[in-house]
Amino acid sequence: MSGSKVLKRIDWLTVLFYLLLVGIGWINIYSSTFSENNSSIFDFNQLYGKQLFFIGLSLVSIIVVLALEASFYERFSSILYIISMVLLLGLFVFGKTIAGATSWYNLGFFNLQPSEIAKVATALAMAKYLSDIQTDIKKRKDQFYGFLIILIPAILIIPQPDPGSALVFFALIFVLFREGLPLFYLGIALLAMLVFIATLMYGTIWVGIGLALIIALFLLLKRASFKVPILPLLTVLIAAILFSLSVNFVFNNVFEQRHRDRFSLWLRLENDPNKLEEIRKTIGYNTYQSEKAIESGGFFGKGFLEGTRTKGDFVPEQHTDYIFSTVGEEWGFLGTSIVVLLFTLLLLRLVYLAERQKNDFSRIYGYGVISILLIHYFINIGMVIGILPTIGIPLPFFSYGGSGLLGFTVLLFIFLKLDANRLNEWG
Amino acid sequence: MKKILLSSIIILIGITFIGRLSYLQIFSFSPDQVLEDSAIKALYDYPERGYIYDRNGKLLVGNDPAYDVMVIPREVKPLDTLEFCNLLGINKDRFIQLLRKARIYSPRLPSVLVPQLSKEDYAMLQEKMRKYEGFYIQKRSLRYYDTEAAANVLGYIREVNERDLKRNPYYVQGELTGGTGVEQQYEEILRGRKGVQYIQKDRFNRDIGPYKGGILDTLPEQGKEISLTLDKDLQEYGELLMHGKRGGIVAIEPSSGEILAMISGPTYDPALLVGRQRSKNYSKLHYDTISKPLFDRSISAEGSPGSPFKALNALVALQEGAILPSTTFRCYNGFYVGKTKRGCHCGGGIRNLNSGIYKSCNAYFAGTFRKIYEKFPTTDEGQDVWEKHMKSFGLGNFLGYDLPTGRPGRIPGKEYYDKWYGDNRWSSSYIISNSIGQGEVAATPVQLANMTAAIANRGYYFTPHILKKVEGEDISIPEYVQPKYTTIDKKHFEPVVKGMADVYKKGTARWVQIPGIEIAGKTGTVENYTKIDSVRTQLTDHSVFIAFAPVDNPKIALAVYIENGYYGSRYAGHIASLLIEKYLKGEITRKDLEKRMLEKTLEHEYAKPYSGEEFKINEYVW
Repeated sequence: MSGSKVLKRIDWLTVLFYLLLVGIGWINIYSSTFSENNSSIFDFNQLYGKQLFFIGLSLVSIIVVLALEASFYERFSSILYIISMVLLLGLFVFGKTIAGATSWYNLGFFNLQPSEIAKVATALAMAKYLSDIQTDIKKRKDQFYGFLIILIPAILIIPQPDPGSALVFFALIFVLFREGLPLFYLGIALLAMLVFIATLMYGTIWVGIGLALIIALFLLLKRASFKVPILPLLTVLIAAILFSLSVNFVFNNVFEQRHRDRFSLWLRLENDPNKLEEIRKTIGYNTYQSEKAIESGGFFGKGFLEGTRTKGDFVPEQHTDYIFSTVGEEWGFLGTSIVVLLFTLLLLRLVYLAERQKNDFSRIYGYGVISILLIHYFINIGMVIGILPTIGIPLPFFSYGGSGLLGFTVLLFIFLKLDANRLNEWG
Repeated sequence: MKKILLSSIIILIGITFIGRLSYLQIFSFSPDQVLEDSAIKALYDYPERGYIYDRNGKLLVGNDPAYDVMVIPREVKPLDTLEFCNLLGINKDRFIQLLRKARIYSPRLPSVLVPQLSKEDYAMLQEKMRKYEGFYIQKRSLRYYDTEAAANVLGYIREVNERDLKRNPYYVQGELTGGTGVEQQYEEILRGRKGVQYIQKDRFNRDIGPYKGGILDTLPEQGKEISLTLDKDLQEYGELLMHGKRGGIVAIEPSSGEILAMISGPTYDPALLVGRQRSKNYSKLHYDTISKPLFDRSISAEGSPGSPFKALNALVALQEGAILPSTTFRCYNGFYVGKTKRGCHCGGGIRNLNSGIYKSCNAYFAGTFRKIYEKFPTTDEGQDVWEKHMKSFGLGNFLGYDLPTGRPGRIPGKEYYDKWYGDNRWSSSYIISNSIGQGEVAATPVQLANMTAAIANRGYYFTPHILKKVEGEDISIPEYVQPKYTTIDKKHFEPVVKGMADVYKKGTARWVQIPGIEIAGKTGTVENYTKIDSVRTQLTDHSVFIAFAPVDNPKIALAVYIENGYYGSRYAGHIASLLIEKYLKGEITRKDLEKRMLEKTLEHEYAKPYSGEEFKINEYVW
């Protein structure tokens, strides 16, 4: 396929969303790393200058991604997966430690983060495995292999330590659901999460009573013809209560104080104002400052380069994980809702694109892309606006960082290439 | 189901985010945040407070530089503590304690270590200051008083309290404001406006440049200088005369309502409430509950006006046609209310208006008072008319002068007596004491002085005020430059003024005439009581005097109220006559009289109720 054909068939709407997000992202990185002394935006000693360079590099990588044969990605997905796993393993020997996490290779001019490559590779490998004619996700064995593809990189990344990045891989479970994994698993996971949160907030007794009430309500409203699965329901109830008890045990005996503090901050468990103040100064400092920064923006924001908390560096890591708080302070509710809207539109557009694929591999990969972008977007903004606990992962296309930007760009544009190629007959 | 699962999640997340963001940015957002923003610090530049001058341009209050020794604990290097403590005039323990306190407040921010060094200490310290790292000297200005008088009028400077902070957003913790007197009343004029500089801070509280390039910053606005209506010499002289006496004196220029002197005794030196000893001195003054030096008797002490009130009753009676100047009453060395006899000191005989006033005959005015009420079908109507006339002289309510404290006095209306006696169960006989200014009427010295000014003007007055000029410009506040008319016609004043002039010529004040000046006045001797061990005990009479001079072109009207000074012409009469002579002539010719007033004190009178022993009142020792 020639280059002009790709340009005709590529989904320009997605490209537009991508460019908007990257552009807005850079403006905010500029604002949060800007200081009065330097003026040129091409100053590569400054973080915003570097990011500009990475944006250029990403544009180049887009050309490369689009220029390669579409079939290349399916054919080489297994090899890519293996290479990236080796790179992750290699970190244990050759890794460079930044901010306590051994997640980088030092390539001189920049630091490469192999977990970003692993995200692309795992999404590809998952697509390859599930699209195989032999694979039947309804079978236990195939479910197991599906999980394994996710688990290997996650297990390699956790000890870096980078639990945030590891968590991202679990988002690929959504792909399994799309491809036929029974929703029962999702139900179990949701229930477990609910029980976990409810136990911390209200205690085991209330959880038990609540569940029993729900089941009673369910029995009352049931249709006469419906045969009640008494035994499974009871099993679920007992399992939930046991789980709830174990949550209490784990929370109090296995978790460290800092973990407990994070949860008590997140779930607003702490009512003592003195301890709350203490948490705000230590574990909750970032969240507190970023919430305050966003709040102080109001509806219209303080204006470009006018964010006082941004200028005063009140929010640590503001140009990376907390970049959204700059949007909040300087552009206000107007800015933040536009960014949220852009992400929502981009993701919905990708769902639409994935669903229109004739080819299983393309569709599954598309879902992989969506899952990975979604979890980043959800956890990052959720954390910055204080509705999720602190988990350090970047905001796609937005946060400062070369590997991240390159990784997300390649991840997205491989899918756009596959989409542009969907009408072609190929192997 | 599985096809829409992800889309639903995406939309749900979007809605959740928008919801949370609108909560944060729309509902929790409060716009007025420049000062609450921890990223912005306001630095203030305080202008010098305005000077205060008297009516003739003599300085009353200025400013003096003071020097605070400041410390930034983190920057302190080891030092020669002994030498430094000697220079500061504190001991080592105290020094260590102060330093610790400063460190607890903040290691990074400056705290005051020793406030308000004197100029001498500063000179000594300044040379050696560079040796002590982490310490520096900050200059600020303190009030400087070019007089020991008028503390009650001038007021003082104090630190703002919680209430000020709540009421006025201009102030921040630790700033200064005027407390009482002119300093409080004209705080905004004297204070000026502080300049402010907004500094952008980083999270370590370090400056990183001006906020928004300084477009919100303002320059300080100088405090304005003001001139008061006070005559510094008269005020100071009055306070000298007041030595050892309790009471209030107010002198007013009738043609303008300007307060020439406003004296409260006992008073204090305003300089006591400045500097390092301020709080100690303030407590001392505040807790003196016997002589109450902080209580401004000239505007806050409500007392029975006594006989000067007779002049007003005469005016009301003339206005209502109840009497003519020629109407006579017989004095039986007193008069009868029912079967009880009330006394009179005038000597008895037939009295008309003129002799009734200059001899201060109680019987005459009791008769006059009854005549007023007889003009009306009911006592209620009589009381309404009487109350209206009295209040037109500025009595019975706040006068509206420009000082923050004061009391309204009392002119009782019919409701007041209805409450006491019951509806329609009282008559003029019940309230006959009002005819001679005892009874239920009460007035402050400034009200008495104002009433005197209204008589001097023959029917109108200007609201008394203390502010004359702001930055050299005469004030034009309508309240103070437009006359207020009493309800008494001009023609009725002449016979009363004649009577008051005769008080000096042949009446109760003939011993205190001033050669060459024609004065009109009225003495007053006010019976008063206190409670000693819950027994109502009479004390020596208050000595009261009102006067204005010269009679035909009044330049000064004053009221003198001396507690327990016995009869009217004794203390009050003497002081009034000296003040008038001082003001009109500039010097005192009657040196013996002056000497006596300067030396005599009433401390022995004030000690009586506290002596715990039996005591005599109204002793004729002189």
